[in-house]
Amino acid sequence: MTRADERRPVSRSATGRADVRPVAAAPPTWGRRVLPPVVVVAVLLLAWQLAVTLLAVTPQVLPSPLRVVEQGWANRAALWDNTIPTLQVTAVGFAVSLAVGWALAVTVDFSPWLRRALLPLMVASQTLPIIAIAPLMILWFGFGLLPKVLVIALVTFFPVVVGLVEGFARTDREASNLLRSMGASRWAEFRYVRLPGAMPSFFTALRIAITYAVTGAIFAEYVGARSGLGIYMNQQKNSFRTDLVLAAVGVSALVTLALFALTFLVQRVVAPWVRR
Amino acid sequence: MIAVRDLEVAFGDLRVLDGVSLDVAPGEFVSVLGPSGSGKSTLFGVLAGLLAPDAGEVATGSVAYMPQKDLLFPWRSVLDNTTLGLEVAGMGRREARARARELFEPFGLTGFEHSRPEELSGGMRQRAALLRTVVQDREVLLLDEPFGALDSLTRTTMQEWLEEVRARFGWTVLLITHDVREAVFLSDRVVVLSPRPATVRADVVVDLPRPRSLETITDPRFAAAEAELLAVLRSR
Repeated sequence: MTRADERRPVSRSATGRADVRPVAAAPPTWGRRVLPPVVVVAVLLLAWQLAVTLLAVTPQVLPSPLRVVEQGWANRAALWDNTIPTLQVTAVGFAVSLAVGWALAVTVDFSPWLRRALLPLMVASQTLPIIAIAPLMILWFGFGLLPKVLVIALVTFFPVVVGLVEGFARTDREASNLLRSMGASRWAEFRYVRLPGAMPSFFTALRIAITYAVTGAIFAEYVGARSGLGIYMNQQKNSFRTDLVLAAVGVSALVTLALFALTFLVQRVVAPWVRR
Repeated sequence: MIAVRDLEVAFGDLRVLDGVSLDVAPGEFVSVLGPSGSGKSTLFGVLAGLLAPDAGEVATGSVAYMPQKDLLFPWRSVLDNTTLGLEVAGMGRREARARARELFEPFGLTGFEHSRPEELSGGMRQRAALLRTVVQDREVLLLDEPFGALDSLTRTTMQEWLEEVRARFGWTVLLITHDVREAVFLSDRVVVLSPRPATVRADVVVDLPRPRSLETITDPRFAAAEAELLAVLRSR
């Protein structure tokens, strides 16, 4: 008997069966996943702090990270008051984007004619320069929720549609044949195979889309809003408070990271079979 | 149970089936043997109602089709994979599960009802896929190279097992294979197709007693049938 044989544990379940495949290797621990980005961020912040101190840059041009944190904390009430509306706009806008994205993707999956008709339009919608469209939206729809929701939907629906359409289309031909041999309608085929099969691709698209959502909201607010991180940044920039602009940038990054992490949670609940 | 007369199928200019005729009687086990690309799967596509023939007549009882890949879906438990056909046919989930559950014991899957398909070994996956086919309670089983992807040891075990359960349940089976020994071991009759465009080159009766076991393989009649089929396959 070789060494390797001696070491290999005999995997038997309680029922005494030996032909169960071993479970996949455990995912990396929390520490191993979190540590690398933390180290990189720490090093970058340290370099930034040193550069600002050694070169004696004025805070109006580039504040040190310590100052950004300090001033951000001192102004936490104002930051918080502006984060909430941005989060609200992002949530509503992203919900609209998901609804529109799903509706378009499912429609297109059922109708090849509409697929050919709509896909070029959707691609074209992505070439619209948001920087020109956003002010027009304000002009047409005022300072309320609607123009911001539209901007967010416009910048985030496309990855959702593409992810879903390609996910549906990736269905194994033989799986479709199997369902048809069982007498399945097109709808049953969609429900039993195409829809669940599209989940990996959908969640990838969702993660891409959600990183655009907060930026989209901030951009829409930048152009015109009563409150929100975008308008806050604009005001602080005009008062030469670079530190508070950067503090708001930091908050928006944290919000995006949190939303990104949330997609994994949702995936775990909705599609636990999808491997990362 | 199955009657095919002068079946012709072409994909554009590519003639795949060129006047194929074959019959399967109730309770009979028939194998279709042929070189790869000879249109065996196309024949099954027609029998399963997935393809329309260009000419000829096809009459079948109700069929249940098992494709080459096991196609067990990762988003369903093993039990819920096996009930798929019943659910598609409109049966309630509870009744479908009860029906499928009864077969887990003879299919050697007891205890794996709530496992994920990826936790099963290759042989178990094929048995689960066959269970999904059988539980639909159709008159004929169409099995398209069910053991093609298995290692030879597992394959042999599966062939013996299939011989056993088929005798127990009395299924009518049409099997596609390119494994001559498998065809001889399992079948009452073996239909040999020619290379594309396919015609029936031979219809060989396998005269071996049932139930068959490992000893059957050493029977001189087994060797004779195998030799006859190989000769037909290789002839020009």
